[in-house]
Amino acid sequence: MLKGRVAIVTGGTRGIGGAISSLLAKDGAHVAAGYSKGEETARKFKEGLEKGGSSISVHQGRVDDPTDCQRVVQEVIDKFGRVDFLINNAGITIDKTVRKMNADEWHQVLAVNLFGAFHMTKAVLEHMIERGSGRIVNISSVIGETGNIGQANYAASKAGLFGFSKSLALEMAQRGITVNCVAPGFIETEMVAAIPKAALDKVIERIPQRRLGKPDEVARLVRFLIDDDSSYVTGAVYTVNGGLDM
Amino acid sequence: MGRVGIVTGGARGIGAAITSLLAEDGASVVVMGLPPDRERTEALRASLNGAAKRVHFREGNVAHYDVCKGIADEVRAQYGQIDFLVNNAGITADHTIRNMTVEEWQAVLAVNLSGPFFMTKAVLEHMVERNYGRIVNISSVVGHTGNFGQANYASAKAGVMGLTKTVALEVASRGITVNAVAPGFINTDMVAAMPKAAVEAAIQKSPERRLGQPEEVARVVRFLLDESSGYITGAVYDVNGGLYM
Repeated sequence: MLKGRVAIVTGGTRGIGGAISSLLAKDGAHVAAGYSKGEETARKFKEGLEKGGSSISVHQGRVDDPTDCQRVVQEVIDKFGRVDFLINNAGITIDKTVRKMNADEWHQVLAVNLFGAFHMTKAVLEHMIERGSGRIVNISSVIGETGNIGQANYAASKAGLFGFSKSLALEMAQRGITVNCVAPGFIETEMVAAIPKAALDKVIERIPQRRLGKPDEVARLVRFLIDDDSSYVTGAVYTVNGGLDM
Repeated sequence: MGRVGIVTGGARGIGAAITSLLAEDGASVVVMGLPPDRERTEALRASLNGAAKRVHFREGNVAHYDVCKGIADEVRAQYGQIDFLVNNAGITADHTIRNMTVEEWQAVLAVNLSGPFFMTKAVLEHMVERNYGRIVNISSVVGHTGNFGQANYASAKAGVMGLTKTVALEVASRGITVNAVAPGFINTDMVAAMPKAAVEAAIQKSPERRLGQPEEVARVVRFLLDESSGYITGAVYDVNGGLYM
């Protein structure tokens, strides 16, 4: 049970992030779910969880803006007293082959998916160090392991999270803070639904289990890693992909 | 959990922690081990209160396929099903390669690598028929990194990762997941048997500056064996305090 604990989940009102927020909230944590756009979606998400008796707040902000990150973290600490868990989940795609990808498309994806994790971590880290405990889980992707045509920016950002997580894990290893990555395969979310059907069918053909994963199948892995009893797991990459990366 | 499965080497060290956790969680666990493990299993049962009745012992050496097949068939006949297999049994026979005998090489490979293959083969048809199964192989951080004086052990544990991924691919469409857990240095008899200076050095090298506890590995195994972990297959889950990244 996570009663009395506080989690920040970036991109926490939709997709995998939404499933993570729901699971942690159902398990008793207060969840501060971040979102950048989609105020209506965020409000509905919050209402839905509150109806189920969960403790949830939603916070607008851009993870690629360090000032927003600091503001939201401060809001959460002020209102809820602490931050136990940071789930860096917010992510975007702008798919193009490298030949067609412009510098702006490269920067935008890196800024959200990789720099965002850095900015959020910076914003909570001193607080976690002072308390001598914390759990940070970065949502990477199978694409960070394998690369993918048309996703140089996304793959680089997700692979970058591996290096970021492991470095941070080393720096925090004696401070009661674990840092791990979860690397999902193709999961049934809006992000994957945006892939053209023919392309998606091809992807599914390549997955040894021949199916997409469900957001809940990722969320429970995050839940496992943030547990108090998972303290010997740090600097790890836990994959959940139906066998796709072999 | 109401499931039935086999934990090889399930009477001591990491294996005992796995057996306890699964039994306490409602699973029936058949501990497979060598003759001295019979008494260890009794001791384990004594510590388990209500869950003790769900822990049973079968004597057998995983290094022999016929033995593995015999035990798997027996378990299947007695319980009607085998839902999970944890290939945990492992031995060490440490020497630098210059001093390692062929026998020491073969003995470690036979138990630590051929054992998981034999046990997998012994349960696999049954799992395929039922379209359900969970197999977890206990590898080691040493399978990633190598280790001075452990050419046999490191080869076997790296081999387990290759075995895991291959079986995972072969049965991916059959409702069976196959994963490896790679612990770091864990507080067990095996690590206690290392020279004190070597253990000290391992702790110093470990970012968290401590050995892991068997229970910290067991809960990763428990997680992977869960019915809801069906989308995780072919994975290697490290639990090592940051020792290898």
